[in-house]
Amino acid sequence: MKKTLISATALMVAMSGTAMAGTLETVQERGAVQCGVTSGVPGFSVPDDKGNWKGLDVDLCRAVAAAVLGDDSKVKYVPLTAKERFTALASGEIDMLSRVTTWTQTRDTQLGLNFAGVNYYDGQGFLVKKELGLKSVKELDGATVCVQSGTTTELNMADYFRTHGISYTPVVFDTNDQAAQAFDSGRCDSFTTDLSQAAGLRTRMQDPSSVGALPEVISKEPLGPVVRQGDDQWFNIVKWTHNAMLNAEELGLTSANVDDKKANSTDPNVKRLLGLDGPKGKGLGLNDDWAYQIVKQVGNYGEAYERNVGKDSPLGLDRGINALWNQGGLQYAPPMR
Amino acid sequence: MKYDEQPTLPAPANTIGAVGWMRKHLFNGPYNSIATLVLGYFLISWMIPIFQWSIFDADWIGETRDACSGDGACWVFIGARLNQFLYGFYPEAEYWRLNLAFILLMFAIAWLVLPKTPRKGWMAIFLLVIFPVIAFFLLYGDAFGLERVETHMWGGLSLTLVLAVVGIVASLPLGILLALGRQSDMPIVRSVCVIFIEIWRGVPLITVLFMASVMLPLFFPEGMSFDKLLRALIGITLFQSAYMAEVIRGGLQAIPKGQYEAADALGLGYWQKMILIIMPQALKLMIPGIVNTFIALFKDTSLVLIIGLFDILGVGKAANQDPNWIGFSTESYLFVALMFWVFCFSMSRYSMHLERKLHTGHGNRA
Repeated sequence: MKKTLISATALMVAMSGTAMAGTLETVQERGAVQCGVTSGVPGFSVPDDKGNWKGLDVDLCRAVAAAVLGDDSKVKYVPLTAKERFTALASGEIDMLSRVTTWTQTRDTQLGLNFAGVNYYDGQGFLVKKELGLKSVKELDGATVCVQSGTTTELNMADYFRTHGISYTPVVFDTNDQAAQAFDSGRCDSFTTDLSQAAGLRTRMQDPSSVGALPEVISKEPLGPVVRQGDDQWFNIVKWTHNAMLNAEELGLTSANVDDKKANSTDPNVKRLLGLDGPKGKGLGLNDDWAYQIVKQVGNYGEAYERNVGKDSPLGLDRGINALWNQGGLQYAPPMR
Repeated sequence: MKYDEQPTLPAPANTIGAVGWMRKHLFNGPYNSIATLVLGYFLISWMIPIFQWSIFDADWIGETRDACSGDGACWVFIGARLNQFLYGFYPEAEYWRLNLAFILLMFAIAWLVLPKTPRKGWMAIFLLVIFPVIAFFLLYGDAFGLERVETHMWGGLSLTLVLAVVGIVASLPLGILLALGRQSDMPIVRSVCVIFIEIWRGVPLITVLFMASVMLPLFFPEGMSFDKLLRALIGITLFQSAYMAEVIRGGLQAIPKGQYEAADALGLGYWQKMILIIMPQALKLMIPGIVNTFIALFKDTSLVLIIGLFDILGVGKAANQDPNWIGFSTESYLFVALMFWVFCFSMSRYSMHLERKLHTGHGNRA
């Protein structure tokens, strides 16, 4: 029953998705990109005290606006809950979804969606008090673990512990905040959540330095922007916006030096990225300087990362697997030529 | 024999003043004395840390997180986001429009509420008919040279008030019609009203909001999209009107049958009978019920948070996620609770005042 309902919804979503075309024209006519974001996840999309949206996911929205409209401020942010995000995309309420959404087979193939890349490789980890002297998740046998209920986090943990034959007692909470606070007050031996969230939650514990993460990452959570199926042009634009940010970092282009490089650089890769040479904007239906606008107004991927979740932010996450491929990470963009 | 009238002696010292009051109300018997002492002990032992935290140790002045020492409450956090709590993401240069709409609303309400203001009838018509139009153009703009502010920028207390005021103003007349329809002799009208009321009363508001935000867009034709706020408003109004209808039906049933018959005997038509005889009596009886529904509606508006609208609670929750201000969620929840309490409490006080004023000896209450 549940399955038929899901597939019926999926079919509806898919139908309405494929019929929609020409997102680029709609966006240009409207003069703004409608971007679905969270209603508040630290570092990814959250309004600051002036009401401006900030975060890694938000920077991708801004980059798309810079590429398409030449102005990164022309974004209409639509805060969405996890439940309504795909409907909002399918119904055309938003043009793109940039909302810590994990790329999975079901979502990609059955919901009429396309994932345009991965702007953050997340994974599920475990926090423990350092005084326990634990070295591995496998030593958690018999432990109590605080976890948010009804999430893939809970299921991943169950899968992992069952396959490794570890016994544990889950203590479930309605929100991640509550779970973290319970762990902090000693209710559980360990606390599990996505690592990107763990860092933020850790900073607000009584003594953050006494809390450490175990080395195992037990799940893959590739988070990325999502668009409707059936509009390949718009799909390409979002995909190459992300790629341009990665390539800009690889080539050492930043928002500070991009003007200088545009005038003086002789590197053919830089010239192609900035639209002075090579494929330019033709295939995407954009201006030739689309990638220049992204780097100038938003910055490269590394800048966006450090500013929102990395060392310049209160979260202070390492680049880790989100470093570029030539620095030991997974972020790898196809060449622009 | 001559009787001199003796001067009246003052009451004994231990029955007047603070001591007398305490003897009478707090220590009139061993059990009550024990209860007073025990409860007093708990009250004081709880109140001291609460005051200590929220007032004496709290940080009030500053701009950034560094201003908060960590011992007491950090009200700096609320101060830094006060504009967002009140106005949401409304552009700062346009705040005057929200303020003006709010002042107009307060003015009109005060006019109606205060005794001895002339032409209350005209003011009521202004409030119910003209004010919504003015408020719409003030808030949304896109006319008279006002810049358009789309509804996704609305938020905070102003959005809460928009939801509550629209819900209250629209659901009362709709509820009256539904209640009358449910009591009607015409079978089709009656069954339509019964079905409507029972369906909307039988589903939780959260389901209605989910339907409005998640399911409804899928059934719209291609390219057509209704504003999310509008969808939520319609959902809330229909939902509340069903409740309102049942409250009003209760009031209608409390009116003695003789009143209906007397009105019929006078030769009044249906609407005359209802407007002149029944409703004035019934509405008076229903004030507690109606205000109760209004208060419930006011608090229910915070449910829009689950469909991604930033009412005052939504703003508070988003503020808690700001990485620069992590760890002050208690303060923001307390502030939001205080705001809700202020509005609900004033509504409840006004309803008590209204009940006393309109009390003319009808009904069952002495």
